[in-house]
Order: sequence, then structure tokens, then C-alpha cells
Amino acid sequence: MTGGGRILLGHGSGGKLYRDLVRDVFLAEFSNPVLERLEDAASLATSGRVAFTTDAHVVQPLRFPGGDIGRLAVAGTVNDLATAAARPLALAAAFIIEEGFALAELVEICRSMKRTADEAGVAIVTGDTKVVQRDAADGLFITTTGVGEIVVGHELGAETVREGDAVILSGTIGDHALAVLAARGDFHFATVLVSDCAPLWDLVEAAVVAAGEALRFLRDPTRGGLTMVLNELAESSGLGVEIEDEAVPVSPAVRSACDLLGYEPFSLANEGKMVFVVAAQKAEELLGALRGRPLGARAARIGHVTAAHPGRVALRTAFGTRRVLDMPVGELLPRIC
Amino acid sequence: MGSRAAEALRRLAAELAGAAAERLAADTGARAAGGLTFMEVCGTHTMAVSRYGLRDLLPAGVRLVSGPGCPVCVTAMRDLDLVVALARVPEVTVVTFGDLVRVPSSRTSLVEERAAGADVRVVYSPADAVAMAAAEPARQVVFVGIGFETTAPTVAAAVLEAQARAAGNFSVLCLHKTMPAPLRALLQLGETRLTGFILPGHVSVITGTGCYEFVAAEFGAGGVVSGFEAPDVLESLLMLARQREPAIEIQYRRAVHPEGNPVAREFMARVFEPSDADWRGLGVIPGSGLAFREAFAGFDARRRFSVEPGEPLEPKGCRCGDVLRGALDPSGCRLFGLRCTPETPVGACMVSSEGSCAAHYRYRALDDDGRGLA
Repeated sequence: MTGGGRILLGHGSGGKLYRDLVRDVFLAEFSNPVLERLEDAASLATSGRVAFTTDAHVVQPLRFPGGDIGRLAVAGTVNDLATAAARPLALAAAFIIEEGFALAELVEICRSMKRTADEAGVAIVTGDTKVVQRDAADGLFITTTGVGEIVVGHELGAETVREGDAVILSGTIGDHALAVLAARGDFHFATVLVSDCAPLWDLVEAAVVAAGEALRFLRDPTRGGLTMVLNELAESSGLGVEIEDEAVPVSPAVRSACDLLGYEPFSLANEGKMVFVVAAQKAEELLGALRGRPLGARAARIGHVTAAHPGRVALRTAFGTRRVLDMPVGELLPRIC
Repeated sequence: MGSRAAEALRRLAAELAGAAAERLAADTGARAAGGLTFMEVCGTHTMAVSRYGLRDLLPAGVRLVSGPGCPVCVTAMRDLDLVVALARVPEVTVVTFGDLVRVPSSRTSLVEERAAGADVRVVYSPADAVAMAAAEPARQVVFVGIGFETTAPTVAAAVLEAQARAAGNFSVLCLHKTMPAPLRALLQLGETRLTGFILPGHVSVITGTGCYEFVAAEFGAGGVVSGFEAPDVLESLLMLARQREPAIEIQYRRAVHPEGNPVAREFMARVFEPSDADWRGLGVIPGSGLAFREAFAGFDARRRFSVEPGEPLEPKGCRCGDVLRGALDPSGCRLFGLRCTPETPVGACMVSSEGSCAAHYRYRALDDDGRGLA
């Protein structure tokens, strides 16, 4: 391919360079029959209810322990579909690439997208590419859109949640946010932090099968972390949520980095976790189904829905005291001393 | 560990209740004042107390108030305005720690200035700012030196490094403050009858404990240097309640030595000398801040840039000053939780993660009927 190993403005201009880029990178890496037709729109066969979602991905650095922007872009959209109990059917990917971006890195990222899509059992069937001039983008932005087939017959959502329902979390929190911050090289201390970035459809499918109609609500705690999901749950359901501090799994590496930097694990982003609300009588079955899979090995029942303090999330500490768990505000900022 | 930790803490709380009752029976002055009032000086303690809900566990007759130990909160409005004025100088990159960027100054905040085009960056270590200056010789990199003895030695080390690397485009706006002086000011003011202080843990790692002796000797108040876990704080309160004679003690023995850290102090003393400093809520306290020694004047951002920030404007109704002196509980401020929240802070105490108002708000206790909730 021409261009001296770098993306040129011409790669986005629709001419021969563009065709080469599509053929040598996207078609080669994503290889699947729908994409290979190179039509402007892919045709999909569906039956029943469909979920539809889109997500723009920007991250610095583009690669970090446990993932990269490609894995993030695929997992993010697969997981958004999963929150509607939807099996992913097809993904679209749009790339905004900065002039001068290394072709080899783009290929690596596309390979990672393909691997992640394979894990989730889905294909990238259509897409688009734009190249912007140097300094008009931070290397590479990827937007993914997904269509999924909803596998449950009943309604899911905060409004279906009832007093006494169990709140279950699929694993440890805070790993992604801190792994990315550490990968930026800001910390000046060595860490063993690894992002949890992963597509969760398999895990969610297991939960859906185990809980059946008892499953009420699921959400992935990405930006804003667990606090954001729980506060939205409380607000939308008009009920309260009570969480046991000690029941929430946090890895020792995240715990100590948070202690050093003054962050709250509850407010940190995750990219491979799911929060489930399930009727209490099915909680253990759902938990068992999660724990039977590698991505759910550390799943835990972290709290319950209550009629008390409607619209609010309470955290019960190890010491038996109780406090509000509020939505995070603005950017994450380390404390001073 | 859950129930064991809870049990250990309850046991400490029960011991504290017993010790406080005995103390009150013996101490007519404290009885007359309505109980034992302790002050946690350090913002990290404020945070820990609120985060673990420790006020819930305090027995009757024991009160814990927050003091002037949040570095961002005690920064005077005039100084915050100076930071903003520097950020507006086109060739200047303002580099700072954490939550200073969100603190409202008289007219704007650094976050707003950044959105409007100013170059404002957050780092974890002052050494990063020196590296930035070396990498971007066309920029004037101004590090905002803020904090107590915990951060001042690292800033001094950064200045020495900048000197060694001849980083002529690096300077520091020195807003550092030092610890024991505001305690004297508070005790002299005497607004609240303080039985004793929970003394800062991290600061004392550097200063040692000798500098606090006047608290007991001149003012008859106790002091215990405390760790930051929930049992540390309760144990420190227990030690304070049990003091029959006011004394300075160390609970945080795993980190604090009575002599402190002379190497860190030596770094500070090479670059900085004591100066008067303006504290929000307390005013100018002689000898409570740090300024550049003459030999390092070249690194002083105040001398390098002639910016005039204008008259400071204190936000109307904000009672940060009273909160910082422990004279007012955050919930006693009429703006608290209404006009002033972490999303729309009016005063610095609601912004910094270590501010009393932010800690009280973020970790407010929760009643089933929603009482006390904003």
C-alpha cells in the first residue's frame, strides 16, 4: 500500500488511496462476507425485537494494559447491546484518523477489533473512514454502532425494579480507569493495573438464562462508574438502593492506587463489568451462572433495592455506619496531599 | 473482616464513651462548655471521618469539628485570582495539583479559563512540570506550589532540579503554608473551646511533633497525631479523651517519628524561608507561609510576571472562613447543599475533595425518610 506506512489525507478522499486502505486494512482484517460486498449499506436478517446503539470512542493512550481503542470500541457497543439483553447481530465502525497516523498501528488496532468481535460472536459488516489534517484529531477516534436481537420476552428497565430486589455486580471495579491513567505515565509508580475491557454478551446470556423473567435491569458501569449506574437506577425507579461497602469487589492494586491518589473506586470507569438487578429469589442462581464463567468469577451480591430513601443510594460501611453514595462530579482529579 | 472490623470499632467507640464520661465528670470547664470538642486539622482526616461515617459513632458529649487543613480551601481569594491572572498570560502554562483547577476565584476558575483557551495542566508530581519546561522551551511553565509540609519539599526538590537543568522557563507561584501557625491563631482566637486536636499525619511525617508542644504548654489543649483509617481516628480520640494533662502524643506510630524527616525539611529550607501568609478564614498569619530565598528569586513567578489580579471578591453568603476555623458546621451555612454543591460550588470548601463542605456533602449520613438530604 502506498503512503510510506502512514495515513495521508488522500486516504480519506475516496480515490485510489482510499480503495487501497479499505481493501488492505479493513477488508483484510475484518474479513466477512457481508463487508466484502462493499455496499453502502449492509443487509441484515432479523426476527423479533431489535436493539440499536452507538458509541464514540476516544482514549489516550490508544493502547493500554488489557486493551486498546479497538477492543474498547467493539466491547463498548457489544456491552451496550447486552444491557438490553440483546445478542449482537452486526457492528458498524467509523474511523476518524489523523493525517500521519502509522498504518501498522491501524492494522494492529483493526486486528484487535476483529479478535474482540470474534469473542462476542459478531462481525463488523459496514463502516466509514475520514482522514483529518494533523492536529485536528488525537490520532484515532472510532465510533461503533451495533444492532442486536433481544432474547427476552419481558420488559427490562429501572421502572420494573421492585423493593427487595438484589443488586449483583459481575466483578471488580476501577480497573479500567486506573489502568489507562497509569498507561499515560502520570503516576510515577509501577502498577500491576490491567483494564477489564471485554465484550460481555456470553456472560449476560448466561445471566439471562439463569434468571429468566426475574431479571429486571442491567447496565454496564462505564464512565461515572458504579455510583452513576446506581444513582440512575434509584432516580428512574423512584426507589432507594443500599450497597454493602465490603461486598463490592475491588482488587488490591486498585484499592492502593485509590488510597494514594484520593480516588473513589465507586466512581471509576469500567469496560468489562455489568450490574444486574434481579428478583431476590433468583439472585443466587444468577450469581452462580456468573461465577461459572471467567469474566464473572468475582461476581458478588452487593446490595438491594429498598423503599427507604427513594431516589438515593446508600453505602453501608464495614463499621455499620451509612452514608450517601453520590454521582461523581466533573473530571477525575487527584488530591493534593 | 467486615463484622470483625465493625466490632473492633464499636469496642473503641464504647471505650471512648467511657473515657469521655470520666473526663467530663472530672473536667468542669469542659462540662460548662457542653462537652469535649476535638478538631481534626487535616483535610485527609476530614475526608476519612466523613467517608467512614465516624460522627455516627461518637458518644454524647464528644464533638469533632474540622479545621484549616485543606490546602486548596485555605488559599486566599487574592492568591487564587493571581493564579487565574497568570493563566491569562499568553506564553504561560499553569501547572498544578488536583482540585485547584475547579476552585472558583473572584470571577472565574481555572477550568473555565482552560475552556476559554488558557493552558492549564494537572500533574501528580512537581517534577513533571520541570520536565514540561525542558520539553517546551518556548512556554513559560509556572507551577502553583500549594499545600503544607507534605508537598513543599517536593516542590523545593523540583526547583533544585530546574536549577540543575538550567530550566530558565520554569517558575513557581509559591502559595505554600506551614502547619503549626494556624493552630496558634485558632487557639488565640478562642471562638471554640477546643479540648484537643487530631493532628495531621502526613505533615507530621515531615515536621515531627516538637512543633506542636506549645498547644499543650501554652494553651492547655491536647494533640494526637493520627493515622487515616477509621480505627486510627477513633483510637486517637480515645487517647485525647484519656489525657489527664494536656500532651502531644503519636497514634500514627507506623509512619511518624517525633523527629520528623530532617532531610525533607532541609530541602525546604534550602529553597524557601518562612513568610507571612494569607489564610482564608484566618487572615494573615505571621510566619505561616513559605517564600523563595533570595538565591532562588529567579524561580519566583511573582517576580517574573507582573500581573495585577484586581480586588478580590468573596462570594456572597459563603461561610468557608467560619467552616475553616471550626466555628460553623458546613450544614450551618445557608448555601450548603442548596446553592452550593459539588456541581456548582460557591466556596473552595465544597470543591476540594478534602474540603469540609465537600466531605460533609458527599458522605452525608442518610436517614430513611431522607432527612438532612439536599
